[in-house]
Amino acid sequence: MSKEINQITYNYKVVRQFAIMTVVWGIIGMAVGVLIAAQLVWPVLNFDTPWLSFGRIRPLHTNAVIFAFGGSALFATSLYVVQRTCQARLISDSLASFIFWGWQLVIVGAVVTLPMGLTSAKEYAELEWPIDVLITVVWVAYAVLFFGTIMKRKAKHIYVANWFFGAFIITVAILHIGNSLAIPVTMWKSYSIYAGTVDAMIQWWYGHNAVGFFLTAGFLGIMYYFVPKQTNRPIYSYRLSIVHFWALISLYVWAGSHHLHYSALPDWAQSAGMVMSLILLAPSWGGMINGMMTLSGAWHKLRTDPILRFLVVSLSFYGMSTFEGPMMAIKTVNALSHNTDWTVGHVHSGALGWVAMVSIGAIYHLIPKLFDLKEMYSISMINLHFWLATAGTVLYIAAMWVNGIMQGLMWRAVNEDGTLTYSFVESLEASHMGYLVRMIGGVIFLAGMLVMAVNVWLTVKQQDAKALDTVTETA
Amino acid sequence: MTSFWSYWTSIISLGVIFGCVWLLYATRKSQTSDTETEQKMGHSFDGIEEYDNPLPKWWFHMFMATVVFGLAYYFLYPGLGNYKGYLDWTSTGHWEQEIKEANEKYEPIFTALAAKPVEELAKDAEAMKIGQRLFANNCSLCHGSTGRGALGFPNLTDNNWLYGGDAATIKETITHGRTGQMPAKGLNPAMNKADVSNLTHYLLSFSDRTDDIKAAKKGSQMFQTACAACHGADAKGNKAAGAPDLTDNVWLYGSTAAKINQTITFGRAGMMPAQKDMLDENKIHVLTAYVYSLSNK
Repeated sequence: MSKEINQITYNYKVVRQFAIMTVVWGIIGMAVGVLIAAQLVWPVLNFDTPWLSFGRIRPLHTNAVIFAFGGSALFATSLYVVQRTCQARLISDSLASFIFWGWQLVIVGAVVTLPMGLTSAKEYAELEWPIDVLITVVWVAYAVLFFGTIMKRKAKHIYVANWFFGAFIITVAILHIGNSLAIPVTMWKSYSIYAGTVDAMIQWWYGHNAVGFFLTAGFLGIMYYFVPKQTNRPIYSYRLSIVHFWALISLYVWAGSHHLHYSALPDWAQSAGMVMSLILLAPSWGGMINGMMTLSGAWHKLRTDPILRFLVVSLSFYGMSTFEGPMMAIKTVNALSHNTDWTVGHVHSGALGWVAMVSIGAIYHLIPKLFDLKEMYSISMINLHFWLATAGTVLYIAAMWVNGIMQGLMWRAVNEDGTLTYSFVESLEASHMGYLVRMIGGVIFLAGMLVMAVNVWLTVKQQDAKALDTVTETA
Repeated sequence: MTSFWSYWTSIISLGVIFGCVWLLYATRKSQTSDTETEQKMGHSFDGIEEYDNPLPKWWFHMFMATVVFGLAYYFLYPGLGNYKGYLDWTSTGHWEQEIKEANEKYEPIFTALAAKPVEELAKDAEAMKIGQRLFANNCSLCHGSTGRGALGFPNLTDNNWLYGGDAATIKETITHGRTGQMPAKGLNPAMNKADVSNLTHYLLSFSDRTDDIKAAKKGSQMFQTACAACHGADAKGNKAAGAPDLTDNVWLYGSTAAKINQTITFGRAGMMPAQKDMLDENKIHVLTAYVYSLSNK
């Protein structure tokens, strides 16, 4: 084998580390989710233990699935895609290594502090200031690594997946720093520099864009690489990519105030949140169309390739939840849906159906490549995982739709004398069955993740599997 | 907001929308074909190519429809800085209008009910159904859906009253609320732990729950100096001050020796919120009758 001096190599080590941790954190985060879902069915599962109580481990669940599972998937895929589509090695192996271990430290910090009750009380940004500082350092390192690699690319153009990854990295940095600004009073206690309604608005500007950029733009980046790769077809429309990318990122930042409909937030800000959320429908669907239509001419592959099924079904759920979202942002619809389980269902049709499924598909695509293999150990296990994931998601969402709409209707029902027909606890009692079905859906989804873990284990333990740290470009 | 911020937010808001419209039209204008093509862009990234397909027509029209809706909404409703919107709609106005309509619709029911005295109303089964609903909406959170109370929240069904159970007093309690204040006697330097323990034995002696007669005796002496001012020399309480009868075996904060000891040591603060800002007089009248009916079957 002749090796030229100037031949390009890729850093696969960091990709492999993050890919494996995606599976590990996925199982942990979803297991905690199943536990809190069970607590809502059987409150005795709190065991009267403070650090096992719902209020403390619910943020542990959200942090673990969004930042540990979703975050690891994003790091793994973005650092893989940026190298392969730019034909450039990451600018620094030690920086890559720092990002991996730094991020794991952030997650361990969350796993320890959240059950202890240490929280800044901001949803999806509960971690206290020392961990926030660490996140910032790791994130800046990530930005340097990603954009540094883009800078030394061989191709003239930048591939669309990297636009989305880039927007995700920049915006998440702004959001995280903007929302987490706080005055520390002790090592593990700080107070936000914002107060009252302003604090609420900043929080949901952050909160909704955690969805918009972390869980949407980033994962569209994944979609734009792994869908055409897995189907071996060109992207449907470059023009559509351009329009929906710019529209998506410029509209999303406005949408956060729809979380504060009918609140003390000024009317103009509520209107802006609603209008921008509605206009966001088409740009969101642009990504779905581009992914789905990339398959045209290759639909038959769905019959034989369960990885492709994961990717296509994830796009369907993406399309469904990005239709549901703008509808729920309409004030009159929101008057019914707000504070009900419908919101929880909506989040999970995105989180399980879109984010988790597209990540799972990408990881199944990646693992064999990172271990110098042709394919996963068992294709039928991927297929089993696919059906478990789909069934779990559908059960989950359906249960929350029924619960949510029922709760909304019960809360607004009035008797002929104007008094409320139902007290809150009656709506809670009526929700019990829905909570049970939701938990079962969660268990099924988690079972799929365990099948994945076994499959990954069997794949990497094969005799001809070798963990590749560096790969030479063979174009 | 100042006119600067008004313009600032309006210009960015409209700028984003019109920016999207411009991008849509500019992209459509430069399209090489109206229908799907096999034309590629000529890039290849790790083997991935891209078609030069036009924007899907239905998608373009859907995008424009949402833009039209959005602009119409901005015209009709407040959304652009200080511009109030063509319809002059505000969320406060909307709320006031709904309350007004509800009052017009429901007020006659309550006016009719309020014409009857509380004692009579309490025997009216139909009226008490309404009373029960008012109670479920406004009172059950603390007093429980059956009115039996909880630790720190009085039972309203036992005809045992802190402030009095006649109609006028119940109405007074609901309208203006009550603040019950038991001072932290055990934290007073003049009282040591033994004194608190003796007092506890004294109070337990009313229900024959102590064997330590000597301690109870000492407690009874301490009671006269430390507690009688509010609870009375005979410990039977004082409704004017809301001081509970300590001899009747009804314990708002728990009846065990440990709980009584805790109450004496650290005091208690009870708080019944005033309902006058939440409910109008007529509704309070019906609610009074309902609470009255709970212990006057």
